[in-house]
Amino acid sequence: MDDTLLLDAIERYRNGEMSPNEITFFEELRKNNPEIDQLVVEHTAFLNQLEKHGEIAAFRQQLHEAENKLTREGVISADKTKGKSAVVYLWTRYKKIVGVAAAIAGFVSLSTATFVSKYSSEKKVQEDIQPLVDRKINAVTNRLKQLETQMTIASSANKTAHPKPAFEANFRATGFLIDGSGYLVTNAHVVDNARNIIVENKKGEQFIATAIYADKPTDLAILKITDTSFRKVTGLPYTFSKNTSELGEHIYTLGYPREEIVYSEGYLSAQSGYSGDTTEYQVSMSVNPGNSGGPVINKNGEVIGIISSKETNADGVVFAIKSKNIYTALKQLNDSMGIKLPAVNTLKNLDRMQQIPKLEDYVYMVKGN
Amino acid sequence: MSIETEKALLEGLASHDTSAIETIYRENYSVIQTFIVKNNGFPEDARDIFQEAMIVLFEKAKSRSFVLSCQIKTYLYSVCRRLWLKKLQQQNKNYPSFELLEETVPVEDDLEVYEKIDNDFRLMERALMKLGEPCKGILEAYYIQKKSMPEIAEAFGYTNADNAKTQKYKCLMRLKKIFFAQYRNGE
Repeated sequence: MDDTLLLDAIERYRNGEMSPNEITFFEELRKNNPEIDQLVVEHTAFLNQLEKHGEIAAFRQQLHEAENKLTREGVISADKTKGKSAVVYLWTRYKKIVGVAAAIAGFVSLSTATFVSKYSSEKKVQEDIQPLVDRKINAVTNRLKQLETQMTIASSANKTAHPKPAFEANFRATGFLIDGSGYLVTNAHVVDNARNIIVENKKGEQFIATAIYADKPTDLAILKITDTSFRKVTGLPYTFSKNTSELGEHIYTLGYPREEIVYSEGYLSAQSGYSGDTTEYQVSMSVNPGNSGGPVINKNGEVIGIISSKETNADGVVFAIKSKNIYTALKQLNDSMGIKLPAVNTLKNLDRMQQIPKLEDYVYMVKGN
Repeated sequence: MSIETEKALLEGLASHDTSAIETIYRENYSVIQTFIVKNNGFPEDARDIFQEAMIVLFEKAKSRSFVLSCQIKTYLYSVCRRLWLKKLQQQNKNYPSFELLEETVPVEDDLEVYEKIDNDFRLMERALMKLGEPCKGILEAYYIQKKSMPEIAEAFGYTNADNAKTQKYKCLMRLKKIFFAQYRNGE
């Protein structure tokens, strides 16, 4: 039997348009031919689907009309969220995000606070172990003691860096050099409202830095080391990717979620970041407060992004600012600083274990208050 | 609103009665918009969510087993609330649940049914788009608007009803192919 004829028969059968004789014949046919029976079932289901679609489409159309009519009558507000009200809506909409950001910031300072107390108690173990509570109440005494301890440590370790004025850091994050003459990139949220910024390299040398650029929308900041003890470094091993990276690309980062540099790896999971932000990537890796500002590096040793934030309630959902934003930032700085991004990549064709030691020296801890 | 009025409204809804649709909009829309705008949404979101909820209610009203166990108002509110919460959570995985202040009824089962219907609707919509004209028009005219074959032959410029019919079946077979291909690909 011809396909169209069969379909026609099925439809007539479905619509009850067959004569009793035809029905008997058709049902006999179905019984003896499983394929035909199958086709009848399938085709009937499909037609139901098609009719259902038409029904819903018609109903949707009615809803639209009702909506339009009532909007004209003023029953439904025709607000297109313009002007001031848009700001209010945006605020209510992003209030939660701001809240999350604040919570992350709170967590960072909390973990830093824990660390600071640990740091000072370890170093002062011979003298007196000062309980956390005491330290908080007696902030002034403690500050003096801390200064003292730091001076001792500095001199005993025979550091080249000048002892820095003691202060209690209330944040810690990561940054990395983009120009050996002392320019680093980190997140704008890291240095936002910071009075003092100190960067520290892997060797423990500390340098005073200032933020010369901070752009909240992209969350990118550029720091300049202003410390006189800083000596120009050469041989930045990585380059900065201008292109969009591909999903699934293997990547890694180095950062300071602890006082020690920590390695973490993962892969690129989406081309856009939080709420579809196209200036960011979504990456999947395990990072912690303190990793913010760390470089996201691919297997060729190219920096493709900068870690900025993570989803609080989801595992391994991390957002990284695309590195091409660095170029934009530098353009905005108007090249007056003469910042030059490294042009030669010496990490290419090395495996990761070989790349990391070459990289570590250029990744700094950023802290301050 | 009395139970009788509500029942009449639902019957009207099931039979595509425009005035029933408008009445339900008038009675309920502003509550939903207030709720959504308060919970991080725009009025535009409220429109979309309310439309979806209306389709859920429409499906519910049409099903023979439907018994009105609560007021339309409560039902719509519960559906909108679930739909909106789901949307927020899709946008932002760590969105907390709303605190429950208003009375709601369980609508999860209905939403599950709706989700399937909505999914099928989209699949068919996409298949029809891929099918293109004149096939789409012919099939809609015949299967949805229930036009007769001679009418269709005339409207689409076929010399006779038989030609139009052959064309219609060809179109239908193509549509089926596209639809099931999508279905299999889990689109």
